[in-house]
Amino acid sequence: MIEEALVSRVLGEALRTGGDFAEVFVEDKRSSSGRLDDGKIEELGSGRDRGAGIRVVVGETTGFAHTADLSEAGLLAAAEAAAAAARGGGGGVRTVELTRVDTSSQPVGERPEEVAKATKVELLQRADEVARGQGGAIRQVSASYGDSRRRILVANSDGLLAADDQTRTLFVVGVVASGDAGMQTGRRSVGHTMGFELFDRYQVEDLAREAAEQALTKLRARPAPSGALPVVIGSGGGGVLFHEACGHGLEADHIQKNVSVFAGRVGQQVASPLVTIVDDGTIANEWGTFAIDDEGTPAQRNVLIEDGILTDYMWDQLRARKEGRALSGNGRRQSYKHLPMVRMTNTVLTNGSSTPEEIVADTPNGVYVSHLGGGQVNTATGDFVFGMTEAYLIEDGKITEPLREGNLIGNGPKVLEMIDAVGNDFQMGPPGTCGKDGQGVPVGDGVPTLRVTSLTVGGTAA
Amino acid sequence: MSEELLEIGDRIVALATGDEQVEVVVGRSTSTEVRVYEGEVEQLASATSAGIGVRVISGNRQGFAYAGSLDPDVLADTLAEARDNATFATPDEWLGLAEPDGVAVPSLDLYREGLAAVSTEAKIDLAVALEKAVRANDARITGIDAADYADGVSEGAVVSTTGIRTVSRDASCYVSVSCVAQDGDDTQTGFGFSVGRLPDELDIEAAAADAGRRATRLLGATQPRSGRVTVVLDPYVTAQFLGIIGSTLSGEAVLKGRSLFADRLGEEVASAAFTLVDDATNPLAYSASETDGEGLASRRNVLIDGGRLQQFVHNAYTARRSDTTSTANAVRGFSSTPSVGCRALSLSPGTKLQDELLADLGEGVLISSVSGLHSGVNPVSGDFSTGAEGLRISGGQLAEPLREFTIASTLQRMLSEVAAVGADLEWLPMRSAGVSLVVRDVTVSGA
Repeated sequence: MIEEALVSRVLGEALRTGGDFAEVFVEDKRSSSGRLDDGKIEELGSGRDRGAGIRVVVGETTGFAHTADLSEAGLLAAAEAAAAAARGGGGGVRTVELTRVDTSSQPVGERPEEVAKATKVELLQRADEVARGQGGAIRQVSASYGDSRRRILVANSDGLLAADDQTRTLFVVGVVASGDAGMQTGRRSVGHTMGFELFDRYQVEDLAREAAEQALTKLRARPAPSGALPVVIGSGGGGVLFHEACGHGLEADHIQKNVSVFAGRVGQQVASPLVTIVDDGTIANEWGTFAIDDEGTPAQRNVLIEDGILTDYMWDQLRARKEGRALSGNGRRQSYKHLPMVRMTNTVLTNGSSTPEEIVADTPNGVYVSHLGGGQVNTATGDFVFGMTEAYLIEDGKITEPLREGNLIGNGPKVLEMIDAVGNDFQMGPPGTCGKDGQGVPVGDGVPTLRVTSLTVGGTAA
Repeated sequence: MSEELLEIGDRIVALATGDEQVEVVVGRSTSTEVRVYEGEVEQLASATSAGIGVRVISGNRQGFAYAGSLDPDVLADTLAEARDNATFATPDEWLGLAEPDGVAVPSLDLYREGLAAVSTEAKIDLAVALEKAVRANDARITGIDAADYADGVSEGAVVSTTGIRTVSRDASCYVSVSCVAQDGDDTQTGFGFSVGRLPDELDIEAAAADAGRRATRLLGATQPRSGRVTVVLDPYVTAQFLGIIGSTLSGEAVLKGRSLFADRLGEEVASAAFTLVDDATNPLAYSASETDGEGLASRRNVLIDGGRLQQFVHNAYTARRSDTTSTANAVRGFSSTPSVGCRALSLSPGTKLQDELLADLGEGVLISSVSGLHSGVNPVSGDFSTGAEGLRISGGQLAEPLREFTIASTLQRMLSEVAAVGADLEWLPMRSAGVSLVVRDVTVSGA
């Protein structure tokens, strides 16, 4: 992407006015997308984003500049701007010797950029046709396809030089159905860090059928209950619960600023003994997987909570440096235009021993959520919400009527303690985009079936 | 300097062949972001970004490509890629670029030459002063998560083979802060901000006071019991609510069968107190702009008038297909084709300030913030459910704080249950203005 000697010169320039740490992040991203809506292939799009972000750290201050100009002049100007922003005092010439770190990027079976556009278009058309074929109540169908190839190179003043080549492929189907009680929506999405072989693993027809079925089922949904109830979350559908209930609260930036309910609690029991939570950037081909994070640290499997005991937080370069500890591979950024910060990768709850059937049968009354939507958390108070996009009532230990959409609200530390059953049927969930401080990054999550003894369900029914 | 962007657009448009339409959007922005923590600069970023988006319509097929660069070689590639993409699209007789419609482009005072001359030191000082002011406010403020100053100048040009050739430019800046208040074991958070076009328009004291008040007034909050109540939405919450209502009034949602209000034009869809206007020509709006994403002159559109649905918003495509004219509501950046969206929404304000609304109401709940709007609100079905925090209203005054509850209804019902709109209209850093809003018969779910 850019020659090693030039990277070295840019780091030298970044450190010319002093500085404790300097880093060059180069990114070259190409993406292609297709969208079908209203029965038409509305648009094929292509994008190219290429540039470098340079940061210089002096004491507690980080200076940052980015440029789309990857020429020597462009890079040196950005390095100078980052150094000026960091306001280093002293100076001197420093040379950085770079050592290349060996990494192996996730394998790609079939390069999406080598697949004919017509083949991608056909996937969209097949999904449309199958979804519309699910009955007269289906009123609208949209489908979108996207792939991206993101090549990154990171070098820093510690001598690190590392690169990754990340290919992600995504497919989404959305359906609107209409009935006596108005309209309802259904949605299915699949996405992996892999190439076009995504479509060997999934058939777009299945996704279309499932999205249509979800919308049709919700046509006969009744208003969700209002108030505190036991909630069972289905396998694969609900990882966002942990992403919000404790994931964000275990990010070291929140910990160091003491704006997390989990600050100072390592070694303590913070969850039910049934709970083991792992953030794992190495799970093959998952949406939040990579070879190196956006600071050049190899992806890792990090156990955050083990049998209910808080074992560690997640770290990036800046916060780990401050603490003098090892990196965890959680330094990520949306693009070269952004500073990295502590982010999750694939956050999972590991298997327990109950069968999903036992968990439901053992719940006299409550709510069964098979698919969660997004969520949001206030890390300082621990209060969090997450949406249910497909949910049912549990009556006398059986899953019964479908429910309309709504949010559930709870408090992270309290909810973690109230998990009283964990199933043995772990599955990864659909691909997600995690937003933090205005930056979005791809993340994955997964859970087995589990039960929370009490969550507040935000419906309208008494 | 915007002349340069127009010239780039001209050069690509000149490459169009006789039977194709080509539209070029060129954008460029410069920004500075400062984050201060405990009196020191934690982050300082300065950047210039630029890019181009090219849309080609040929044989009733549309293709698009963008690049985050203005390098000459990239520009030619982008046009070629957009042309190639067009060959795979389904022919659509309604496709076509916007055409000049005779509406004069308003001259809005949105750019400030002086912003470039403001020193970095002065910007840092503002963030430092903000952090200090929040701490000085109340001894219970124990932490400042982030105190930020940010500014930006952005320019955009649209040039097309259909005769569009416009350019817009604006400057903006803001300070924002989020803080933590503690009292014993109890922790609450609050945020405050101030927006302007030049730093001297920013009100540091007001932003600090807002953040402190939001955090401290929630200390000691408990979970309310479930029930049906009348709520008063704080201005910031109303602005978020209006954003969702706006999305249901998009001509695109209507055409594609995704709007709740598709068949309701001319009907009563809200209470008589509800008059909703979208007007990007209002220079007070943070999102004000002289032109829309297809280069048409911004204009004032009354969407709901005294509860009656007057019109939907359109871009060139949805207007043509709906047999009407564009309302200049094409919304986009250079990296996407124009979609349809509201640009600067506001409600016609009422006559009473929030404390008068509370006194009239007697009993209810003030909603000071909501969460999970993206996960619990479905603008197609109308189901509305969000996490909330606030204060009980008792005897016409604010009483004890409340947390960890949800409010739920449907969008249709909320509109018809609007009892009053406050007089406290304020423009916020989003595409809608805030104002206190009284809504009856909302379900609170708590303990």
